[in-house]
Amino acid sequence: MNQVPVLEVRHVSKQFPGVLANDDINFSLNKGEIHAILGENGAGKSTLLNIIYGLYKADQGEILVDGQPIELSNTQDAIRHGIGMVHQHFMLVPVFTVTENIVLGSEVTRNGMLNMKEARQKVTELSKRFGLEVDPDALIEEIPVGVQQRVEILKALYRDAKILFLDEPTAVLTPQEVGDLFKVIEQLRERGVSIIFISHKLKEVLAISDKITVMRRGKVVGSTTPREANERILAEMMVGRDVILTVDKEPARPAEKVLEVKDLTVFSDQKHKAVDHVSFDIRAGEILGIAGVQGNGQSEFVEALSGLRDAAEGEMILNGQRMPFKHPRALVEHAVSHVPEDRQKHGLVLSYSLIDNMVLCTYYQPPFAKGFNRQNDAMRENAERLIKQFDVRTPNADVKASTLSGGNQQKVIVARELSRPVKLLIVNQPTRGLDVGSIEYIHSQIVKIRDEGAAVLLVSAELDEIMSLSDRISVMYHGELVATMDVKEATREKLGLLMAGVTPD
Amino acid sequence: MESVWRFLKSKQGITIIGFLVLVILVVVFYSISPNQTQAVLNSMIRHSTPLILGALCGVMCERSGIINIGIEGHMLLGAFMGYMVNVWTGSLVLAVAASMLTGSLMGLLLAYMSIKLKLDQVIGGTVINILALGLTGYFYTVGLTTSGKIMTFPLGPLADIPLIGPVLFNNGFITYAAIVLVFVLHFFLYRTPWGLRTRAIGEHPEAADTLGINVIRMRYMNVLIGGAIAGLAGGFLTLESVGSFERAMTNGRGFIALAVMIFGNWSPIGAWGAALLFGFATAMQTQLQFMGIDIPHQFVGMLPYVLTIVVVAGLVGRTHPPAAEGKVFEKE
Ligand SMILES: Nc1ncnc2c1ncn2[C@@H]1O[C@H](COP(=O)(O)OP(=O)(O)OP(=O)(O)O)[C@@H](O)[C@H]1O
Ligand SMILES: [Mg+2]
Repeated sequence: MNQVPVLEVRHVSKQFPGVLANDDINFSLNKGEIHAILGENGAGKSTLLNIIYGLYKADQGEILVDGQPIELSNTQDAIRHGIGMVHQHFMLVPVFTVTENIVLGSEVTRNGMLNMKEARQKVTELSKRFGLEVDPDALIEEIPVGVQQRVEILKALYRDAKILFLDEPTAVLTPQEVGDLFKVIEQLRERGVSIIFISHKLKEVLAISDKITVMRRGKVVGSTTPREANERILAEMMVGRDVILTVDKEPARPAEKVLEVKDLTVFSDQKHKAVDHVSFDIRAGEILGIAGVQGNGQSEFVEALSGLRDAAEGEMILNGQRMPFKHPRALVEHAVSHVPEDRQKHGLVLSYSLIDNMVLCTYYQPPFAKGFNRQNDAMRENAERLIKQFDVRTPNADVKASTLSGGNQQKVIVARELSRPVKLLIVNQPTRGLDVGSIEYIHSQIVKIRDEGAAVLLVSAELDEIMSLSDRISVMYHGELVATMDVKEATREKLGLLMAGVTPD
Repeated sequence: MESVWRFLKSKQGITIIGFLVLVILVVVFYSISPNQTQAVLNSMIRHSTPLILGALCGVMCERSGIINIGIEGHMLLGAFMGYMVNVWTGSLVLAVAASMLTGSLMGLLLAYMSIKLKLDQVIGGTVINILALGLTGYFYTVGLTTSGKIMTFPLGPLADIPLIGPVLFNNGFITYAAIVLVFVLHFFLYRTPWGLRTRAIGEHPEAADTLGINVIRMRYMNVLIGGAIAGLAGGFLTLESVGSFERAMTNGRGFIALAVMIFGNWSPIGAWGAALLFGFATAMQTQLQFMGIDIPHQFVGMLPYVLTIVVVAGLVGRTHPPAAEGKVFEKE
């Protein structure tokens, strides 16, 4: 089998200010292959794909498609050579329709005018052919992320991509959607599309890929196949040490009630009842996990509890004191920490430095402020300490948050939220997009916070994460908490049924 | 029944009802007092022309993601240069061209400051306003004379329709151009690839960039064209409406144009409607003064500005400006 690879990368290097993001990368992709790239946060995976896609310019090296070196001065060149990319953070215009987003830049025209009717037909046809169901007229901002991702894939297919890059496509998907995506990937492979796939989820990588390449600190450190590897081996290749893939923790010792929620009802942006008369409580020293298929009201639920969204009805009582809704500062001052679901929207100010991002909730308090004066030294020291403690991969504390890799952005948020005094910690998808090493660390931190006497509300779409961290588990379905159980009584099957709306009697 | 009611409450429904009410009012007034009605409507068109041109400049810039606070400056310098070229050459064609060229040069300056130098766009626009005020104030000398201004020309039989004819079809060239531009730009913005891309770079430039759209080039081009349109607004003042130049003669119209653009929800036809409303307020102001109604004229004179404040304050937070406007687009 000595075929010419469809894509070959030779000696590619890329220097960002202070980081060598890609260091002499060699890599090749065969026709019809599903090739996974694994690596720690900040290893340079996205950078590599962005270079091949023509978004970043490599400092050196060459890129060959079908054995021919290609000139890459912008993304049009890459698109012309049949390369398509689904970005880690989606690149969709929220106020445009699905069709408009797909055709943007390669519009269907008649006499110089947009021909949206034909464009719409093309989209419908493509979506049928590849089993990627979308409503061509829906607005992007009104469809769930899983569907948005289909739109991203359709964007590439519309441009006749032969080589498709998927940068962490499963990070935001529900298990159900991941299954659908994998079917699509298999189908694309049968049609001769070659795929590069980035993921931090080792199980997925083992399940879907033909070949696995591991990167660490800008270099390719090895490659293997799913047959020769297992989760432990992959984790070790990535991080360079043995990783404990399970959480080890003592049984909880619940103390006094910290949070009590009564009859909480919350509406979504579309004015649907997203959370429907939910009541629960959490005690100090325990972790309550909320399991559920995404889109069952978890986002609105967490937004209401963290002060980002108003509640239509209900009460939130924190340490015996009734808290106002839609008042995040009151919560911050009552030692509530929050790791939001959407890191770029609610977690960070992307254009601020890490120093500023690390004090977003506390900048006005000592030691970061004295009267009206900001205390720059204290802020810098704080940022530098947290960067070190949470192993945020960054050249220094002064860079803008937008320049960090996705996983490192997540670590900045977690670091900030865990570094304050915490009585109640609300975390939504805390390890989304993190590598195994960082997940291990953040899980251990959450357990530590619990052991120090905080109450923890954990919302996650990862059943594994819920089962290994929680002390009690509630299942959310259609905006209601349909069941609550001790972790010892929970099994995957039982939770799975509850999440699907089946109540065992 | 239900669905009729729903339609009436929808945006289009309200627009249509509003329009019908206006038409009926105009007809009623026309039958009571034809001359006055026609005078008011004429003056409404005249006052709305610089506003709509300014607002179209705003639409072009903001839709592609550049905030343009400098419309006032584009207008003022465009008015001045148009006037001066008219004085020097006596050619109105050259004069109009000069206004537009001046406007687009100012646009280029704004684009350069915001895109290349990454200066805060509001500050960039303010720089342009101050520059225009300073330059025109310094170089303007009183006592210049021109050989004339743009004359109105009736559009054949259309101009003979009662009321509508004299109001819409008996105007100067720039007024016609403004109305045509409204529809042309609206068509381009919503029906052509250029429009789709322009809206995309104003909402999410990174997304456009990943599809190979040259965000920076498009922004330069659109701000340049927008600048030319604002320059034409200035030309309207000195070449068609007033006929001569005065210091600071734009008198805040560039800022009212921004309110017009917001009220029109960043769409050309919407802005036209808003410009007519503002034009009407101004026309009423003069009319009320003529009629000698016993209100101090300062209060009447405030009308358009009060309307601006009410509109902008009332709409902020409820309209949806292009998401990426005012933000620096950085590649890599
Ligand atoms: N635009 C940029 N400017 C400066 N530095 C950057 C930029 N993009 C990436 N970097 C740096 O390059 C390194 C590699 O980043 P990259 O996004 O490729 O990581 P990654 O492997 O995709 O990580 P993750 O799994 O967290 O997404 C990081 O240290 C990051 O800080
Ligand atoms: Mg990445």
